[in-house]
Amino acid sequence: METEPPAIECRGLARYFGERTALREVTLKVPAGASLAVLGRNGAGKSTLLRILASLLRPHAGEVLIFGEPLPRRAWAVRARLGLLGHEPLLYRELTGRENLDYHARLHRVPAERVTEVLAAVDMDRRAEDPVRLLSRGMVQRLAIARAVLHRPQLLLLDEPRANLDPGASELVEPLIGRAAGVTRVLTSHDPRAALAEADLVLALKSGRPVFAGEPTAFDDRRLAELYA
Amino acid sequence: MRTALIVLRKDLRVELRTLETVPAMVLLAVVTFVIFHFGLNRATIDGQLAAGVLTATLLFAAVLGINRLFVAEREQGGFDAFLLAPVDRSAMLLAKAAALFLFLSALEVIAVPAFALFLLGPPLGPALPGLILVLALANLGLSVIGTLLAAIAVQTRARDLIGPVISLPLLIPALIATARATGPLLTVHTSGSPPGRWLAILGLYDLVFALLAYAVFDFLLED
Repeated sequence: METEPPAIECRGLARYFGERTALREVTLKVPAGASLAVLGRNGAGKSTLLRILASLLRPHAGEVLIFGEPLPRRAWAVRARLGLLGHEPLLYRELTGRENLDYHARLHRVPAERVTEVLAAVDMDRRAEDPVRLLSRGMVQRLAIARAVLHRPQLLLLDEPRANLDPGASELVEPLIGRAAGVTRVLTSHDPRAALAEADLVLALKSGRPVFAGEPTAFDDRRLAELYA
Repeated sequence: MRTALIVLRKDLRVELRTLETVPAMVLLAVVTFVIFHFGLNRATIDGQLAAGVLTATLLFAAVLGINRLFVAEREQGGFDAFLLAPVDRSAMLLAKAAALFLFLSALEVIAVPAFALFLLGPPLGPALPGLILVLALANLGLSVIGTLLAAIAVQTRARDLIGPVISLPLLIPALIATARATGPLLTVHTSGSPPGRWLAILGLYDLVFALLAYAVFDFLLED
């Protein structure tokens, strides 16, 4: 019987920007359907890791496999299964929310009805015809979430997904990007306790190097305090 | 082709909404004609001088368009969004080159009559069919090379400077061929057909750079 490959597998992953080491010796395995919280101070390498997993950055050393497919060689085979919500919303400011989502839907060959569906899911259907430049940050973030889940990805890479969202909006997007979404997730958060609460696995990074990888129950307050000290 | 049309449609929509690129190109071209009008201290020009003035002006206006071609992709995450989609990377080259071609054509629809009004001695009518052919070939070359170089320049910090610095030298062969093909058209006794030799050179130049751009463009987009 064929076993399902892990959603993410990294072995000895490293990435440099010039002489600066952004990531090194990152080894992890995330089973399909699990949630991984990536913790660390600003500049620890969290966003770099997410961009490598999204196939937007090449690793300089080590191996990365997404759903069993090696990156970047077979990135084309997994791109349709990935959804990235990064610091940038990846939306054109001069286009309306609907036009932006239509554009992404066409690129991903998603039916137009799905655009209406996700706009309603993030409660942006009434402002869908406004140019993105006229929307508040929270609204833009909701549109960015709609963009990230538009093509029903099986792996969500979420970099500070609830940034700029008020508690109501945060609750609203829960079925799309929370545990209830039922997909594999990698998430970073400015609120490590909230990230730990919704994670099955934790990867703690310090200056690009893993200092903890395991279950959240083993990541106690002392470790958390040390990580952010 | 389908993906290229999706990206092109989006680019044209953004340009129609912002009107940032084509109006700036037109304005630069018209102002340059006025400068030439006074700088040359001649009421009218014709022949090779007219061809040189027209071609150089269009080239400088084109550089403005080239510089702005990837700005939205870079500043608003369009590159990442495109790279995350399961589509052929070459579609971006095709879409951007097509957008630049359309921007240049829109520029010429206004700039060529303005040139005839401010500077050109002989009537424009007899030269027009030949001129359209030459400018279409020139636009093709400018679009392909412009897209390739804009994709390189936009990755750098000094992109506003790098764009013109690397594009102008590479566009010199296109400038020469366009000017030489246009010269005989802008005379009083024009036959109306441009010299085939220069058209062939322009066509060959377009083909070589189109193949080169197709070969390397994917690598420019990837990390």
